[in-house]
Amino acid sequence: MEYKTKIDAADGRQDLKITREFDLPLDLLFKAYEDPDIVGQWMGTNVLKMENRKHGSYSFETSHQGNVVFKANGTIHEFIPNERIIRTFEMENAEIGVQLEFLEFESINAVRSKLTMQIIYRSEEHRARQLKLPFTYGINVAHNRLEELLSKSK
Amino acid sequence: MNLRRDVFQAIADPSRRAILLLLATQPLTAGLIASNFDTARPTISKHLQILTECELLRQEQKGREIIYHLNPTGLKDVASFLTPFQKLWDERFDKIEEIMKNYK
Repeated sequence: MEYKTKIDAADGRQDLKITREFDLPLDLLFKAYEDPDIVGQWMGTNVLKMENRKHGSYSFETSHQGNVVFKANGTIHEFIPNERIIRTFEMENAEIGVQLEFLEFESINAVRSKLTMQIIYRSEEHRARQLKLPFTYGINVAHNRLEELLSKSK
Repeated sequence: MNLRRDVFQAIADPSRRAILLLLATQPLTAGLIASNFDTARPTISKHLQILTECELLRQEQKGREIIYHLNPTGLKDVASFLTPFQKLWDERFDKIEEIMKNYK
């Protein structure tokens, strides 16, 4: 299976690396991380707060049918436009705990750029919980659809 | 166009999942697979083609007939717990590209 995004999650480590090349110039890629409205669009969440500076903080919240289904927050440690963001990220009410993220933005040429994200978790076990989250969700969705299908065929 | 299709797209379809379930117990010919569904034969053929392209099924030529087998190696791809995480990020990043192209 071919994805443009590479995930490097070596065994016995508590961090992982996500790399992706974009058909976008560096400044536009960075803007997608800097502008709260745009962040909200691609993350699919409401950006309640986003202070893009050293010691600034940010928070996200997603509601579905009047209920809050996702809440996350973090603190910015370094913010260098078109170059680097170092920040913490924590999903509330999840067992993953706080994670430290190093985002490096690079230009490949005038129309292409690259993002490298290193995420460090509290332990290997915390990393495993994060990696399993979308898998569990995906299996549940598939399972629900399967049940639907089977109930229809009765 | 990329001929190798997305495995998750392949199993997102209920009929294709039903075909996979059917073949989980025994290999079958296209005709026998089709006889288990109300769907038109060409539609089933199309599903079989997609599942084969994704390497979820393996074809075996036996005389004039093609027998379809479940391909456990292809299914491992779906079962890898890293894949959905990768897919999640890939879709997020695709969205960034899509949104930011309007700012060019």
